[in-house]
Amino acid sequence: MLTLERVSKTYKVGLFGGTDLPAVRDVSFSLQPGEVISLIGESGSGKSTIGKMILRLLSVNGGTITHDGTDIATLRGSGLRSYYQTVQGVFQDPFSSFNPIFKADHVFGLIRGVYFGSASAADWQRRLEDALEAVTLDPAQVLHKYPHQLSGGQLQRLLIARALLLDTRYLVADEIISMLDASTRIDVLNLLGDLKARGLGILFITHDLSLGNYISERTVILRRGRIVEMGTTAAVFGHPIHPYTRMLIASVPRLHEKWGQIDAGVRAGSGWTPAPTELCRYHGALPDGATGGSLAGPAGSGLAELEAGHFAGCVAPRADGTCGGRPSVAA
Amino acid sequence: MSLQVTDLRVYYRTLAGDVQALDGVTFGIADGEIMGLAGESGCGKSTLGNSLIRMEGRMRHVGGTVTLDGVPLPIDDQDEMNHFRFAEVSLIPQYAMSALNPTRKIGKMVGELLATRGVRFRDIREELERRLELVGLARDVLDRYPIELSGGMKQRMVMVLSTLLNPSLLIADEITSALDVSSQRAVAQTLVEFRDRGFVKSMIVVTHDVSILYQISNTLAIMYAGKLAEKAPTDVIMSRPRHPYTRLLISSLPEIGVRFEEQRLTGIPGTPPPLLNPPTGCRFRDRCPIAIARCAEEEPPFVEIEPGHSVACWMAS
Repeated sequence: MLTLERVSKTYKVGLFGGTDLPAVRDVSFSLQPGEVISLIGESGSGKSTIGKMILRLLSVNGGTITHDGTDIATLRGSGLRSYYQTVQGVFQDPFSSFNPIFKADHVFGLIRGVYFGSASAADWQRRLEDALEAVTLDPAQVLHKYPHQLSGGQLQRLLIARALLLDTRYLVADEIISMLDASTRIDVLNLLGDLKARGLGILFITHDLSLGNYISERTVILRRGRIVEMGTTAAVFGHPIHPYTRMLIASVPRLHEKWGQIDAGVRAGSGWTPAPTELCRYHGALPDGATGGSLAGPAGSGLAELEAGHFAGCVAPRADGTCGGRPSVAA
Repeated sequence: MSLQVTDLRVYYRTLAGDVQALDGVTFGIADGEIMGLAGESGCGKSTLGNSLIRMEGRMRHVGGTVTLDGVPLPIDDQDEMNHFRFAEVSLIPQYAMSALNPTRKIGKMVGELLATRGVRFRDIREELERRLELVGLARDVLDRYPIELSGGMKQRMVMVLSTLLNPSLLIADEITSALDVSSQRAVAQTLVEFRDRGFVKSMIVVTHDVSILYQISNTLAIMYAGKLAEKAPTDVIMSRPRHPYTRLLISSLPEIGVRFEEQRLTGIPGTPPPLLNPPTGCRFRDRCPIAIARCAEEEPPFVEIEPGHSVACWMAS
């Protein structure tokens, strides 16, 4: 299990890094093998930063990320190597992930060099064919080709196959289908669903709510580095609690329903609109009924559990994460 | 008919030969119509948008005519075309965030732009400020540099600027693609409002996102491999598409409420044909589930099967 516990990340920006830019604040959730969690947020919400921290491409400023009980920040040498054998990432732009002067299957050669130096040619070939079969690619069509000879969908599937060559159990998929055409993106998405059925845990990072809704069991909604709502996908999309989540869901363009109808539907159908009060509307739902200060949600994340497994954050948090006390209409 | 495009052909010159990016496209747009133009990457939708306002150097106008409000547009003559740009035909570019001159204050840039069209800034200032207010920008943005504005503010500034001279035709090329869902919705609804207020007469909205078009467009045109596959009023094309490509495209789009476990969507197998030497007959036939022998031999014409609904498919009529 991959567990994030109160993970925070602050970037140093400005002249000589004099200004702190908090990108991720107190994020806690865990990813099991065989489930897909979609991490949804707008640009600047910190969703990619979380993915990169899990892949150890960025260091963690606060909190810990643990893999089966081991803090990944402490991994060195062979420990790190075996971590990368179980956790792999695929990124947004398949066209620039490949080196154009090498053939596309060069990425497999790199894996072989590091992890399978002693494997026999036949052994390696079998492994490669298994991985390509898992991503429904025909080896004859993609091996020994240059990146420009392959389509975006094929390149993206090659990258997933590369990740699967190892004994991968967790995949960080950062916007992996945003660059693909509508006609092929659904196939890559279905592929993720099939891999999940084979026991892979997938962190599906996206800004597209309909894709997240299609593929994931659990959904985490991020806003400005903080989790605002988290729960099963059916609960988060079925009856969103936080006004920000509702606004996002109402903004998604749909195919058979105009925006005007959705606005009416979200307001009328949600059934989660408590009367406006002077205080943050979740205080009543808190175990201690506190009227201010920090929300006593799970792991001190500033979230309150409003139904089993369905968490929402304060409507009007102060900069330090404590409750601002007043519901904000604009939130 | 505000815009009439007839059998337009635009090819890209390459060392290997002509890439037939736009190969015989015919359609019309009525006054007050917002036409959505959708298709896969490389289908020629941006080429169509660009050729109506500015041909790139390697684009070649091979045939066909374009008339706007009864006046033929000299689309292959850069200098002649300049009389129409901004005043009659205007564009909101794909990267509106980088469309503003970074070395000028915005007001000064607007003034210079208007001067090229013989319009004095002070004559139009009042109207400009009214429109800025409409999109939620304070009038002091005119005294600021582009770097001081956020991405969404720049996008709105460019939208106001592009439509300032009340052009007859506005081309919006992928303007929502780089935005978050909430700003996407605001931008799309602003386009509709500009049309309703008469700032622009008609509009072509080019995007790969069919669901945005369903929200705002009156008619929807689907392009495939350099040709129009289908054009119809938006509700008609969504509820009863006739071209197999349109059908497959619409059924491959995930929607909120559709879940992988319950309803597995499928993509369209295969890839579009190369446009360097496109195959004879129907260009979609290799991926088409209902192709017949005739599709390989004869190219299906783009014909009207009911008023306002045109399809290029042998099996549709």
